[in-house]
Amino acid sequence: MLASLAASFPARPLPRIGVGVLIAVALGLLIALPLGLDNYYMRLATTVLMYCVLAWSWNFIGGFVGYPSFGIAAFFGFGAYAGAILLSAKIIPFWLSPILAAAGCFAVAVVIGMPILRLRGHYFAVASLGLGEVFRELAMSWTALTGGGMGINLPPMRPAFGTEAQTFYYAMLILALVTLGTTIVVARSRLGVAFRCIRQNEEAANMIGIDATRSKIIAFAFSAALPGAAGAIYASWVGYIDPSDVFDILNSVKAPVMVLLGGTGTIFGPAIGALIYLVFEEFVTHHLLQFHAGMLGIIIVALVLFMPHGLLETLRRRKQGQA
Amino acid sequence: MAEPSDGLRPRFLLWLSVRFMTLLLQNLVNGLLLGGLYVCIAIGFSLIWGVLNIINLLHGSIIVLGSYIAYYAFTMFGISPFLAPLFVIPMMFAFGYGLQLAVLNRVVDKPVLITLTLTFGLDLILNNFMLAAFTANFRRVVFKDPFETLDLYGVIIPVDRVVAMALALVLTLAFYLLLNSSRIGRAIVAVRNDRDAAVLMGVNVKQIYAVTFGVGAAFAGAAGCLLSVVFPISPMSSGLYLGKAFVICVLGGLGSIGGALIGGLALGVIESMGVMLAGPEHSVLTGFLVLLAVLAIKPTGLAGKRGYE
Repeated sequence: MLASLAASFPARPLPRIGVGVLIAVALGLLIALPLGLDNYYMRLATTVLMYCVLAWSWNFIGGFVGYPSFGIAAFFGFGAYAGAILLSAKIIPFWLSPILAAAGCFAVAVVIGMPILRLRGHYFAVASLGLGEVFRELAMSWTALTGGGMGINLPPMRPAFGTEAQTFYYAMLILALVTLGTTIVVARSRLGVAFRCIRQNEEAANMIGIDATRSKIIAFAFSAALPGAAGAIYASWVGYIDPSDVFDILNSVKAPVMVLLGGTGTIFGPAIGALIYLVFEEFVTHHLLQFHAGMLGIIIVALVLFMPHGLLETLRRRKQGQA
Repeated sequence: MAEPSDGLRPRFLLWLSVRFMTLLLQNLVNGLLLGGLYVCIAIGFSLIWGVLNIINLLHGSIIVLGSYIAYYAFTMFGISPFLAPLFVIPMMFAFGYGLQLAVLNRVVDKPVLITLTLTFGLDLILNNFMLAAFTANFRRVVFKDPFETLDLYGVIIPVDRVVAMALALVLTLAFYLLLNSSRIGRAIVAVRNDRDAAVLMGVNVKQIYAVTFGVGAAFAGAAGCLLSVVFPISPMSSGLYLGKAFVICVLGGLGSIGGALIGGLALGVIESMGVMLAGPEHSVLTGFLVLLAVLAIKPTGLAGKRGYE
């Protein structure tokens, strides 16, 4: 299933003007959206954008390279803490925090990637999962820097223009566009070819002169830096973070689940998955507070068992079967 | 005022070294007692991983479920948790057997991401059920007349832990006999070594998968019974147990009982020494660092073999 994920990324010949108009309309809608939404829907829209960032970022290591990573939570949390610490020390303005968080996550991912990307399959999956736990433990115990279990309160933001909600919406929108842009550029570059080769056969990729280790580390670092930036924006947005919130293991699982939901093999699949996921989540959290995680589990199990090609693809196939 | 220290210093040094040796020995004993339980945590997990090539993220929750059954059998009917494996093992076997047959067999050949995501989803469901049914409060098995502690020249040995460890080792032995002397056990080993050849020999692989998962779950439940005597019980502990099972498998190698035995005892000792040196709040970190160090040297684990990637 994953084999088809990135394979169909290469440019499909489409009428250029049509695409241009479509992109312009979509962008215009996204930019104009805050004018027509109240605070509740603003929050939902910002969350969808954040989930898009997480899903597209996971796609670099999980989709292109085919390494089953569960490390999103580690870097989301790392970015959130980096941003929160810098902002509460009042040494940088808000707009710089996601950039610095991304740079920090990129560097950390390169260093940690060197040992753990030597692992494969289950070993890599669990090592990446454990990374988040270790970071959480560090955030818990390094009280002087992180406030430990008490968490960090961020100073309130004074936006230069518009409301606070709008500022975070646009920040998340810009980040989502950057992530999407990176995805498209990487998919069409030599690096993207290297990623796909590694997924199909790492030994063969090495044999034809691809530096597999270097490529894997770059993919892992992309999958770390972008969630790190999202974490930094999230920290300012919610105003208070603690270790169990930002290092929540569920964040690591949400990203691949969203990609699976939307269907693998398209650039916009992850975004659609993020939207579907959010609708589920809002529905579930609002009605089943006691059984929130269990309901998510039921969705995941149903998804894996009955719709392994994603929701849209399954519906399309069913329709074709009937016709 | 000549040199009073001349007589005192050697005696002080002797006292210090005796204290140190006692402390070291105490931590070694603690580590081995803990390690015996860790062996029991890991064997089921290792079996499922080795035979089915599935990381069973449900493992921790099954252990906790075993603990709860033992706890309620104790508080409601007064049955000792040390006897609870007698009924927990069949219950958990049925649970695991059914789960594998109905759900997991459908994805057993799929990529790692799929099987991991599926067992993660199942774990969310089971854990949330336990949270709703038993709440997150930590519970404890409190005996009416508590077990004694032995004092061997300053090394304190709690008897309940010794009994728990002994039972854990008995269970491990039973597990060994099951795999090596029974027909079904030989079939499990055959599937693990070469699935296609096992099919040709007339082994029903789907059936063996279900039995394997059942046995793995049964031993997880039994480990939970023993743990209920030593640790407080809560659904929140499941992730901790799961992490330990994984670390042990990597330390000792996959799918072999000897590996789980060595890995479990090693982790127990490493953790107690880590607690002595760095404080108890870092025990998870210690385990993970050891794991990273081992993996950096040998990416398939200390006794790991290629082919289960």
